[in-house]
Amino acid sequence: MNWIAIAVTFKLALLTAAVLLIVGLPIAYWLTFSKWRWKFIVESVVALPLVLPPTVLGFYILVAIGPHSPVGRFYSDVIGHPLPFTFEGLLIASILYSLPFAVQPFAAAFEQVDRRLIEASWTLGVSKVKTFFRLIVPLSTAGLITGAVLSFAHTLGEFGVVLMVGGNIEGETRTVSIDIYDEVQALNYAGAAKTALLLLAVSYGVLLLVYAMNRKVWAVWPQR
Amino acid sequence: MAAALTVDCRKTFRGRFTAAAKLDLPLEPPQVLILFGPSGSGKTTLLRCLAGLEWPEEGRIQFGSTTWVDAASNIRLSPQARRIGYMPQEYALFPTHTVAGNIEYGLSDLPIEARRARIRELIALLQLQGLEQAKPAQLSGGQQQRVALARAIARRPQLLLLDEPLSALDAPTRSRLRGELRSLLTQLHIPSIVVTHDWAEALTLGDIIAVMQGGTILQTGSPQEVFSRPANAEVAQIVGIETVVQGHVVANDNGLATLSVNGTRLKSLGTDLKGSDVYVCIRAEDVLLEQTGGGVTSARNHLSGSVTEILPQGVLVTVTVDCGFPLRAVITRGAREELGLKIGSAVVAAIKAGAVHLVPRSVA
Repeated sequence: MNWIAIAVTFKLALLTAAVLLIVGLPIAYWLTFSKWRWKFIVESVVALPLVLPPTVLGFYILVAIGPHSPVGRFYSDVIGHPLPFTFEGLLIASILYSLPFAVQPFAAAFEQVDRRLIEASWTLGVSKVKTFFRLIVPLSTAGLITGAVLSFAHTLGEFGVVLMVGGNIEGETRTVSIDIYDEVQALNYAGAAKTALLLLAVSYGVLLLVYAMNRKVWAVWPQR
Repeated sequence: MAAALTVDCRKTFRGRFTAAAKLDLPLEPPQVLILFGPSGSGKTTLLRCLAGLEWPEEGRIQFGSTTWVDAASNIRLSPQARRIGYMPQEYALFPTHTVAGNIEYGLSDLPIEARRARIRELIALLQLQGLEQAKPAQLSGGQQQRVALARAIARRPQLLLLDEPLSALDAPTRSRLRGELRSLLTQLHIPSIVVTHDWAEALTLGDIIAVMQGGTILQTGSPQEVFSRPANAEVAQIVGIETVVQGHVVANDNGLATLSVNGTRLKSLGTDLKGSDVYVCIRAEDVLLEQTGGGVTSARNHLSGSVTEILPQGVLVTVTVDCGFPLRAVITRGAREELGLKIGSAVVAAIKAGAVHLVPRSVA
């Protein structure tokens, strides 16, 4: 098994989930509580990665962070090397690609919080930001964990975007899914099978966790 | 400290319902203002505007020397900045916090020692000892109500806003807690505004009643004034109790209570309120008018008096009889003609003991 690719993949997935846990919260909060009438426009943009082919998304990200874009130029001026085909570029792409997987469960959890609790908190002199951390977050933990875990699992298996933005650089941007593809190309089915099984097991384990956590009732056997 | 509350604002909900409330009241603590009206009359909306949870699109709200809302100059004081205690319907206790945690929630700017002392004080005041570590879901309705009240008053608010404080409780608990809440509000010495649609609650708790319908305030006055002398037919219909007089329970035996109202003796069903002041409430449709010298009936109260007012309203006529206190009866036009009722006619008003309702009233 290609342990280097596995390490890169887990690092990428963990960092993506961590960043989304920070960046996704304000976006989800705004999507839940804003009364702006054109909110649906932003909602649709956030949901886009769910339906776009990864290659299309990857292509636009590549152009956006490439040396011909202001963002890409600014980055290479400051850091000294361009973004595409680096781990950082791949991380940015992963964050965008997994955005709906984090934001939607967050927003769904916030939606479930009784508005009267939030209002009660405000009338007790507690600011909106403090109300968010002291009341809304504790009441939304299941949704927050779900969002983080789903974005982690989704990043583990990404292929198209990685190939477009990250290329296939050993130790830098070669992830497990690309490694599997390479093994199959090289007709090394045994190697591919091992890595594929690992990815399957981890993904399944992660989803088990999510579904178990979001279960309201724990019946050992059917009740009555 | 007296604080005047001035409200003159409009709020429209998607063009369907407009609340346009006007109020100008000196609120001397511990005065309690009741916003009374049927559901959908706009009383909760007005309370939420006062709490800063709804924004009226026109008008102003001023409390004491502070302007809370002034739509013209775009002043909108946030709920956080108003120093109010707000108790929503169903209480909205924080499920993730314990009883002590709920009470402590708004106190985070106090030093830890002061905070603990305040919690102990409130736990004692609201008799929540032993429940400090319980979660709201483990509490009875009455206990939840007390926790919500403790949380609302923890920061020593300058105005207390209670939205249907007792409606989430079952009927026996509600009638038990009514008197308790009144004495607590008196003790707290904070001006309060209470929303309710329950006339017994309004009479028990209120010093001033504002009757609301269709988003506007129709009449403001003392409970007795509003209930006994409604400004118009609409108010009369909303309050639904035509006679409200102050009385005193003098005796209580064989399941019957004897009351003294302005010297007139009345019987009602027994209560445990012996020796206390009460509001005596009688619906006009529960009063029967008879000619003097009528035979024995099952009604326990036969009050002689003379007619002081006759108000025809469609097929019905509202007759006011002075029998030591003004008593209203509603009879049909035919009955009036048969009895030959005129102003000054002598008449006997018969009321069943069960139709005489008592609302305990601890005079502050």
